[in-house]
This record gives sequence, C-alpha cells and structure tokens, in this order.
Amino acid sequence: MLRGIDLCIEDGEFVVLVGPSGCGKSTLLRLIAGLEEASSGEIRIGDRIVNELAPKDRDVAMVFQSYALYPHMTVRQNLSFSLQLRGLSKDKIDDAVKAASAKLGIEELLHRKPRALSGGQRQRVAMGRALVRDPKVFLFDEPLSNLDARLREQMRYEIRKLQRELGTTTIYVTHDQIEAMTMADRIVAMNAGVVQQIGTPAELYDEPANLFVAGFMGSPAMNFAEVSLVQDGDGVIVLMGIDRLGRIAPPPVVREDHRAILGVRPERIALGAPASGLAARIELLEPTGPGTIVHVRLGAQRLQVFATERLAAGVNDTIGLTVAPGDLRLFDPDSGEAVRCPKS
Amino acid sequence: MQRHGKAYWTLHYAMLGFFVVAALLPLFWLLKVSVTPNDLMYGEGVRLWPTRATLEHYRSVLRLGQFPLFFRNSVIVAAGTALASSVLASAAGYGFSRFRFRGKRWIIGLMLVTQMFPLVMIVAPIFRMLAPLGLTNSLTGLILVYTAFNVPFASFLMQSFFDAIPADLEEAAMLDGATRLAAACRIIVPLTLPGLAATLGFVFTAAWSELLFALMLNSSSAAVTLPVGLLVFVSKFSVDFGQMMAAGVLALLPVCVFFVFVQRYLVRGLTAGAMKG
Repeated sequence: MLRGIDLCIEDGEFVVLVGPSGCGKSTLLRLIAGLEEASSGEIRIGDRIVNELAPKDRDVAMVFQSYALYPHMTVRQNLSFSLQLRGLSKDKIDDAVKAASAKLGIEELLHRKPRALSGGQRQRVAMGRALVRDPKVFLFDEPLSNLDARLREQMRYEIRKLQRELGTTTIYVTHDQIEAMTMADRIVAMNAGVVQQIGTPAELYDEPANLFVAGFMGSPAMNFAEVSLVQDGDGVIVLMGIDRLGRIAPPPVVREDHRAILGVRPERIALGAPASGLAARIELLEPTGPGTIVHVRLGAQRLQVFATERLAAGVNDTIGLTVAPGDLRLFDPDSGEAVRCPKS
Repeated sequence: MQRHGKAYWTLHYAMLGFFVVAALLPLFWLLKVSVTPNDLMYGEGVRLWPTRATLEHYRSVLRLGQFPLFFRNSVIVAAGTALASSVLASAAGYGFSRFRFRGKRWIIGLMLVTQMFPLVMIVAPIFRMLAPLGLTNSLTGLILVYTAFNVPFASFLMQSFFDAIPADLEEAAMLDGATRLAAACRIIVPLTLPGLAATLGFVFTAAWSELLFALMLNSSSAAVTLPVGLLVFVSKFSVDFGQMMAAGVLALLPVCVFFVFVQRYLVRGLTAGAMKG
C-alpha cells in the first residue's frame, strides 16, 4: 500500500529507495517495472505514461534479489535471451554479450550454468543480463543482500562505478542505509508506504525531516532524548532534565508546553574531562576499530557516543560530554517532524 | 552417516529389503504363473518357480485375435488421456499458482470435492450423458471421462510444481521482453519438465489400469481396453490363469517402458518441492 508518492527522477540519476522491510520500496520498484498495477496515479518513463504498458514494452531492466537467472540456460544464453526476443541478428547478439561480459569480467563463465557459479558471479551475470540490453532504466531490488559483507562492499563500488560510466538512470532498492548513503545521488527514505524524505545522502543524514529518517539513517543510531525548551532572549535553551545541553539561536518555533525530542548524532558528542561538560558515567565500551562506541548514562538518559580517539577512561568512569549547539536537532514529540530552525 | 554401526545398517537394509519383496512379490507371481504350463498349474503346490517354464501362454494370448486390438485401444486411451490431462492440468496449475482471481478458492474447492466420492456413484449418470452423444462404445468417450476425473488431481500436482519455481524467473523474462505466454513457455515449462513427467506418468497409469468405466461404458469389443480384456480369460466355470497372467505381463510392459524413460525426471519431480532454491 503506497500513498502520495510524488517522485521525479532526473535522467542519469542514481536514486536509492531505502526503508525497513514492508515499507513499500519494493512495491514501488515493481510498479515502475510493470510487475504490479497501480490503482491510481501516473507513472512516466521519459515522456511516456507507462501505466498501461506491459513490462516488456517499458524498456527497463531489473536485477532481482534472487538474481533470477534462468537455471536451464548457460550464462551466454541468459545474457542473450532478451536480445533474441527482440530479433537481433546473431552477430549483434554476440557482440553485445561480449561487450557486457568483458565489462563485468565474466567472459570465462559464459559456458557455465548458473548453478555452477558463486554468489558474486551470479550477481555479475544478473547485472550483465540487465546491461546487455542498454535499457532506459536500471532497477535493482536488494541485489546485494545475499552476498557476504566483503563482497557486498566490492559490488557496491562496482555497481556505482558502472552506473557512472553508462550514465543510465538507476533506481536501487535496499534496506541497508549504508548502501543508500554510499551509492545514492539522492535517497528516498520510505516508511509504511509513505515517502518520508527525499534528498542527498548528506541532507538526510544532517537534516533529517522527521524522527523516522533521523533514526533510520546512520549507525550507530542517532540519540534521542526528551527535552524542554526555555526561551532565553533571542535564543532557546535546551534542557534535558536539569542539564543544560546548549543554547540555540536564532530560536526555533517552541510549543506551548516547551517539550521537544532532541536528536544528536553519536559522533557529534565530544568527550572530555568530567569538568569540561555534562558529567556522564560510562556503562559499556564497544571498540569498532576506527573508533569506539561509548554507551554513557547522563541522569536517567542513555546515550551512545562515537569516539574516534582512543579512550583512557574505562567502564564506570565519569566523563564530560559537550555538544555544539549546531549539532542539536529538535523534533516535535507528537508529529515527529523536525522543528525547523531559521537559518542564521 | 558413518556414526551408525553395522547393526543399524543391517536393520536398515533388512527393512528396505522386506518392503521391496512385499511390493514386488505379486508381480513376481504374475510372471511365474504366466510361464507355468497348464498341467503344472495346480500340481506342484506352492513353488517359487515351476520345474518347467513355457511361453505357450504368451503365444496364445498374442494369437488370440483380440488382444492386439485391446492393446492398441489401451495405448490410445491412456496416451490420449495423459496428453489431454497434462495440457489442461498444466494450464490450470499455472493459473492457480500465479494468478489471483475471483472464485479461485471455490474452483479449487469444487475440484477437491470431485475427488471425494466413489466413482461407482456416477457411472449411471455418466452413461446417460454419454449415450445420446454417441460416446459410449467409443475410445473418445473414455478419454473424455478419464480426463475429467484426472484433471483435478493433476492440476494440484502441477500447481505444486509451479509453486516451486520462483515467480522472479518469469518476471525477469517479462522484463527481458517476453510476453507472459512466452515467459511461461521458454522459462517455466523447461523447468517444470520433471513435474510434467510425473503428471504424465500418473495420469497414464491411472488411465491404463482403469476398469470400472471401461467396463460399464462399452458393450462392443471394438472399444475394449486391456483391463476389460483381461476378463476375457474368466469364463463361467474356470479362469485361464496362465493366459490371463501372460496378458497381464504384456499389459505391464508399456507402463514399465514409460517409467524407465521418465524415471529420472520423476524422482527429481517428486522431490522438487523439498529443495527449493
């Protein structure tokens, strides 16, 4: 069930639809592919309205999560299938297959059946089958979720690079916010069939439109805390319990009951000596290599801090937290929408 | 596998052996009686093999004018039924597997109901329906009736085979430029061949060995099939077991040949559901 989707994708753009499972991102992709019918609304590819067109006439190619390689055909037959259906000559088909397989480094595999391929190779063949046709649009439906982490990173890079070379408009569906961040020109964050925010990766990360986007993007996840806002001259003071987190000026719109939800990215919290900021107790340390996830307790509130310097302090030590006022994000506690701060 | 001791495997194979013997003994007996000369038929008591074997029963069965005719009739009826049922069941099974449509549950339910009561109940109505159409005493009539009765089960069988093939595959084909029909024919059908073989085999055997309708709908010998033909050997006062068994063995041959051909597909087909992906 999708509602109120209004999305315009530029020519050559790489757009990632991201959201938790069941948010409708795959359905949206299948609507574009023509595998699903829209009950209302319009879908255009280029200047054609494609609602009534069969999938085969939409000139889109899709890479499936399962790869959906034809198991009874060799890689070569898999790649040439679409070209045969269009009645291309044998020479042309051979050339196209050769070019596509060279691009993906699968020339050696052309005589094999899919069952004799590794996961990464299947993934490449699935991409080859899409790009051999030179379609108007590439659709990717969670193509990397069956690969192990290392291979996923590599394929992420390869897909992105390939798309830049070809310049083909691409819509990519994933539930993995890191894939979305790393690959997208623009991200469409979705939840429960509704688009939550559309923007560049940086926009979604830095200026999330609501609590959902703020919580979904980024790992470790953004910290949320209930705060109250107190007017202070031409600014607003953010109070968590009795702790003063900072002063925001110029002031955002404050509700009558002064309540708000505060969001702070874990890497935006600086750690220092106990006296240097708000005193918090360390509950747990999770070293990740590039940094450490520090779980701290500040009053009744648990927070995660991502520290890139090596820490001298240990569990149960007290530590001082500071946050730059510019890194405080405020959300309405009822609607979850971001409270807009006027730009200074 | 190596964990189990010798005793385990001995018992394992003993049980398998027992089952195989129990299943095959009647067939062996069929063969044994078919080569037993008439004079030894009752004289030797229970023996595994007669002291003297003969092919005379086979010779007389084949010389008996009508047996080749019965054989031909059975081939036509069984093959016709198998073909017609498989085509219809494939189409129906594909529909059940891939499409959502109004009344689907009712149609499936109705098809199940047809499988629930004894066929004897409807012999008379079927006869009344076929007679005015000139389809009694006719092979076409038999094919029609057998097809009607086999299609429901065969459809469910085919549906389960189609269900085991991911919809992604034909969606990929449709995006590759195929119509749904082309996608079904070029991608799905080749992958369903094991299932199709299983269905063909199932229907073929069912039609090959059917007795009730073949007996009730035919009164002329022109449309007699093998199971009915075997009753020729039963006369009012005696049963010619030797010839009957010889005819039985001959009747088994085509089914055996058929299964030798489809066996490979059949085993894959029957286990296909168990190993998705």
